[in-house]
Formats: sequence, C-alpha cells, structure tokens
Amino acid sequence: MHSGGIFVELGAIIFGLGILGRLARLIGLSPIPLYLLAGLAFGRGGIVPLTTSEDFLATGAEIGVILLLLLLGLEYSAAELLENLRAQAPAGVLNIVLNAAPGAIFGIVTGWPPAAVAAMAGVTYAASSGIAAKLLADLNRLGNRETPVVLSLLVLEDLSMAFYLPLLTALVAGASAGAAAVAEVIAVGAIGIVLLVALRLGHVINRLVFSSDDEVLLLRVFGLALLVAGIADHLQVSSAVGAFLIGIALSGRVAEGAHSVLAPLRDLFAAVFFVFFGLDTDPSLLPALLAPALLLAAITAATKMATGWWAARRAGIGPVGRVRAGTVLIARGEFNIVIAGLAAVAEPRLGPLAAGYVLILAITGPIIARVGEPIAQAVMDRLEKSPVRG
Amino acid sequence: MSSDARQLPGEGGLRVDEVRLPGIGLRHDFQTHGGRRIGVVSHRTGQRDLLVYDRHDPDRCSESIPLRSEEADALAEILGAPRIVERLAALHEQVAGLASEEIGVAAGSPYDNRTLGDTQARTRTGASIVAVLRDEQVLPSPGPDFRFQGGDRVVVVGTREGIEAVGRIFTAG
Repeated sequence: MHSGGIFVELGAIIFGLGILGRLARLIGLSPIPLYLLAGLAFGRGGIVPLTTSEDFLATGAEIGVILLLLLLGLEYSAAELLENLRAQAPAGVLNIVLNAAPGAIFGIVTGWPPAAVAAMAGVTYAASSGIAAKLLADLNRLGNRETPVVLSLLVLEDLSMAFYLPLLTALVAGASAGAAAVAEVIAVGAIGIVLLVALRLGHVINRLVFSSDDEVLLLRVFGLALLVAGIADHLQVSSAVGAFLIGIALSGRVAEGAHSVLAPLRDLFAAVFFVFFGLDTDPSLLPALLAPALLLAAITAATKMATGWWAARRAGIGPVGRVRAGTVLIARGEFNIVIAGLAAVAEPRLGPLAAGYVLILAITGPIIARVGEPIAQAVMDRLEKSPVRG
Repeated sequence: MSSDARQLPGEGGLRVDEVRLPGIGLRHDFQTHGGRRIGVVSHRTGQRDLLVYDRHDPDRCSESIPLRSEEADALAEILGAPRIVERLAALHEQVAGLASEEIGVAAGSPYDNRTLGDTQARTRTGASIVAVLRDEQVLPSPGPDFRFQGGDRVVVVGTREGIEAVGRIFTAG
C-alpha cells in the first residue's frame, strides 16, 4: 500500500485551499481565482508538479461538477423555471446572442475545432451565479427592484446549460452532426419529461426521497444524482445535466434539506475540481494568451453590462438601477471553468485561455459591480444639473 | 413596477406588490400614503429583510435590515397589536347585536391581582375578554391564568347586557 503518499499530497492541497479560501474571504474575493492559481502552480509545467494523487483528483473533479449542477438544480423548482422563461425570454435570448458571440467568433477566427468554438461561446456566455448572488447579498441589494431581473437572467442561464451541455459533450466526443443532434433530442426530451413529471408528480417524488434523517437524505439524493449522471453519460448526454435534472425534479423540503446537507460536500469537491482544472492546464501557454483573454474580458464585460441594462430597462427600472443590474452580472466563475474543463481535450489553448479569462473577470467583476453604482449616480446627478443653465 | 409583480389586495385601497426572487424567496412592498416605499424580503430560510426604499432612486433600498424569525415576530406584534382593537371595532359594526367596549380595572377592584379564570366572566355573562391594554401595550387573547393589575383596561366583546355585566364584575365582584 502506498496510500501514505497520496494522503500527504491530498492533505497538503486541501489544507492549502483552506488557507486560500480564508484569504479570499479576508479580501472580499471569490475563492475560485485563488483555487485556479493553486492548480496552475501545482500542475503540469507548474512549480511543484504532483505525481501520485492525480487519479483521485480526476474522479473528485467529476464529482465536483455533478454536485455543482445538482445543487444548482435544487435551488429552483420546475414551476419557477417556466415562470421565468415566460417573463424574461427576450432578455434571455439577447443574453445568449450578445455574450456567446464574442467567444464563438474568437474560436472561429483562431481556427479552433467546432467543440472548442462551442466551449468558448459558453465560457464567455455564462455569468457567475455564485458571485452575483453573493454580491447582491453583500451590497444589500436583495430588495432592489432590479434584482428580480438579475435573478431571472441567472435562472435562464442555468436552464440553458441543460440544453447546451449535451451538445457540447457530443461535440467533444467527436460525434458527427447527426449524433450530436440525437444527443440534443434526447436531452430536450429528458428536460421536457423532468419538467412535466416535476410539475405533475413532484409531491410523489418528494415523498419517496424525503427523510427527516439528514444522513439518509444525503445518501439518497447524492446516490440518485450519481446514478442518473452515470446513466446520462452512457446515453452520451452530459452527466452534469443528469444531475441538474434531478435537482429540478426535487423541490420543497426535500430540496431544502438536501441543499443544506450537500452544500459542504459540494464545496469540497468543487474546490477539487478547480484545482484539477488548474493542474490539467499548462501554465506555459498562459502568457501568450493573456492579450486575447484581456480583450475577451473587456468585450464581454461590456456585452453583459448591455444585457443587464436592456433587461432592467424593459422592466421599467431607472438608469442607475440598470447599471447595477448590468455590472453585477459581469463576474464569470464556476460554470465557465466547468465548460472549459469539459472541452479541454478539444484544444490545448482552451484551458489556459478560459483560466486567464475567468481570473480576470472573477477579480474585476465584483469590483466593477461595487464602483458602477456610485459612478452611474454621479453621471446622473451631473446630467440633471447641466440643462438648468439654459 | 417590474413586469413580474403580482398585486395583492390590501385594505383601504393599498396595493401590495408580490415579486418572486428565484432561489431566494419572495419580496412584498408597497407605497405609504406619504410617498415612501417599504417592503420585506422573505427568505426561504426564514430570514426576513426589512426594506426601506431610497427617496431619490425608487429602485434601490437605502436600508435593508436582516431580521431573525423571532425579531420579525416581535416587530409584527408591535405593529399588528393595536390593529386588533381597530379590527374588533370594525367587526362589531358588521355583526348586529354584538358590541365591544373597553372597561377599566380600578386599583382595589375585587379582581385586582386575580386571574381571568377567577372572574368566570364568560360563564356568568356570555361576553368574552379578548384583549387587555396595559402600559400602552395590547395583550391579545389573555388565558385563564392571566392576572389583572389595577389600571388595566380590558376589551370585552358580547351583547350590550353582557358587557355591562362584566363591568359590574370588575367593580362589585
């Protein structure tokens, strides 16, 4: 047995992440960029390459993705998803067009394979719902009237992942256009069935899964999610989407109970995922990709801002509120890395570019969200004063 | 108003907007007669945020005060309790023959420092003591163990005769 070596490596990594997580909280930052940097430092071509624990980390990282999407699904009920789809569909479509396009165009111009182009579109598209939710709470904006618009956009992004990830998975697997279409049809069918079953028979499912015993609830929900994720994987539909759909199907006290018992597990495995992504990413490619990462970050910060502005104006929100809605959506984080991780094999530069891009926007996004409001307020004050002279 | 707000019927023409916050809970808000907007975010976790909207930017909360469930209960009780008496007044106008009245418990009354159960008021008169006003506070639905003090005012609901009979109990025993 040589597990001693693995434990030393794993222990050092996880303990190190604990220190980084604390550091991130102290400076008011999302821990994700620090986890990524740690992974880059330890990985291939990094300062201290790891040797023994990579297999475990690889599996742990996959479990991390499954848990991230399972808990995302648990946040929402099927009824909430459909309600938001009805109310905010135009804003959701604008969000996709404005924010997926820059990534896709970049991939096409650089001549990347279709899977990497699709992945890059997703990397620039998704906002970080984790960072945005934390910002809304920290900045006391939960009661603001632009906040339902922001949350609606995030819900629709999450829902669109259920359609997007199967397509991406099929493209990465090198499937033909026909096979990719089949995977998408299976996914759409599965989503439709899950939404319908959750709406009609939700109470039955919840009763079958519910247990007042935390331990039993944890094992049931986690087991069910892994099982469905595995089956989805066999059907060539993304395993993460399987877990997401389980989360959607569960609601009420099952969802609340499962969310609270699974959250620590998610935090652990998601951290492992971010590190593993960093490990798998070659940092020597990063410097050459810094300029495109900065360019994409600047463009997609502007397009997210425009999306939030437009959606908030549509809901009758004033100019300063529109700036608040736009700026809080700029940060990118967990799902952009998940998408890049799923497609990393398709193009060696995808991982480093996504890492650089997320590092930039996970750090600057929250800062822009904080300073955006006072700047917009100052501009408005000046605009109101200046015409008086005439 | 945002497009996904639902209006709840309120009293006296008040319009309360209800907005879902996906992943968080619900928000209720309304405009006061003075033109200020106030509201509450009800988190799924049970936390409540008391909201006061900005005078100049109606989209923004200038104050958002997180309340634990016991704090929210305390606030609701303070705000809601005097309303019980007002609602009773409205109620007895609707039910013919039913009246409500405040009766003083003088210091030295036979029931000063005795309990509600001791008075057997309901059995003897058919009228009910539904609340007690003490030190600017309303104590709703007093139980049989409730102990009166001189200076209390009790709110009695019943027939006119029943209420007078309760008045005699507190003065003459």
